[in-house]
Amino acid sequence: MIDDSRPIYVQIAERIENDIIEGGLLEESQVPSTNQFASFYQINPATAGKGVNLLVDQGILYKKRGVGMFVTAGAREKLMQKRRDQFLEQYVITMIQEAEKIGITRDQLSEMIMKGGKLQ
Amino acid sequence: MTNIIEVNQLTKSFGSATTVNDVSFTIEEGKIYGLLGRNGAGKTTIMNMITAQLFPTSGEIKVFGEAPYENQSVLRQICFIKEGQQYPHLFRIADVLDLCPSLFPNWDNEYAYSLLEEYKLPVKRKIKKLSRGMLSSVGIVIGLASRAPLTIFDEPYLGLDAVARGIFYDRLLEDYAKHPRTIILSTHLIDEVSRMLEHVLLLDQGKLIINEEVDAIRGRAYTAIGSAKIMDSFMSGKQILHQESMGSIVSTTVFEPLDKQTRMEAEELGLEITPVSLQQLIIHLTNNTPKRKVDLNQ
Repeated sequence: MIDDSRPIYVQIAERIENDIIEGGLLEESQVPSTNQFASFYQINPATAGKGVNLLVDQGILYKKRGVGMFVTAGAREKLMQKRRDQFLEQYVITMIQEAEKIGITRDQLSEMIMKGGKLQ
Repeated sequence: MTNIIEVNQLTKSFGSATTVNDVSFTIEEGKIYGLLGRNGAGKTTIMNMITAQLFPTSGEIKVFGEAPYENQSVLRQICFIKEGQQYPHLFRIADVLDLCPSLFPNWDNEYAYSLLEEYKLPVKRKIKKLSRGMLSSVGIVIGLASRAPLTIFDEPYLGLDAVARGIFYDRLLEDYAKHPRTIILSTHLIDEVSRMLEHVLLLDQGKLIINEEVDAIRGRAYTAIGSAKIMDSFMSGKQILHQESMGSIVSTTVFEPLDKQTRMEAEELGLEITPVSLQQLIIHLTNNTPKRKVDLNQ
């Protein structure tokens, strides 16, 4: 679940992002409260709040006064675009480096990608 | 933010030994603090001074804006659960709880009894007949149900098993969410509590060496693992906190935030970068071997 590698609030924000991308949290639906996040992940409520606020700042969530946090309309597409932008650096470059290290040629690699794609 | 505690240049000496050495910090309202450090670092001495059970040799302490000594209006707002807390031996658990409403203005009796049930504590048993773990549980029940604006737990879990500690963490977070208050947790079980803390005070040999938000500390160090040859060039000019080797593989912990450029450099060199947990970082910082010479104020 939560690991020690990065700030916890960043991980909370990512979990909410994933939920929105995967359709667990629909646009205009209510997000769990910071206290609910805190008790579920056994973390400090202020930390959970920081994660939620990160997404408010990015316009992914918005606050309804006295009610709670909600997912902004259009948030899903916005997040998908952000993840696509990160894809090259996060996955492709790492993969190519590893492939070079263990002697897989570019051709072999692209063949693997084609085959792997069919498994889906 | 309101400051609940202000400690200014606090020093405590016992004879020639200085247990607390020129320590200054503030505790803000409504946060969960971790007071961490090795045995003998001065944690309990500081807590004893905050709760007016010990006089400082020099320096100033203000709790809720006032000096705590013989100050009922301050002390009524504090609940201090000590390691190995003593209770009158002939009392039953029920007798101890009967005293609580007069000591703690926010005492919630119903909540206390629900916690007793959860800890399966025999209410009618005498204190002297309780096991070590049961005694610790009584302390936890009192600490939580006191709902004191300043609640201090000093190593509250002597003899408590992992399940009982888990109950403590769950209930603490749950009740803190419902009734926000200032909590200071002093413990050696850093890995278990690190996620619950908002702010850490780390003591080493009587000195305060870290006073920072947990999230900020988390990113202050990293470990690089790789062959000794590559490591030498990568490490030059960096603040090394800890180093160990196994054959030709070296693991080096660097006390610097990992920026993007350094990460890329490490990746190109084929070094593996791993995070340092709060517990590991604290072990490295307070393990006083000669190799560790780091300027913490950088």
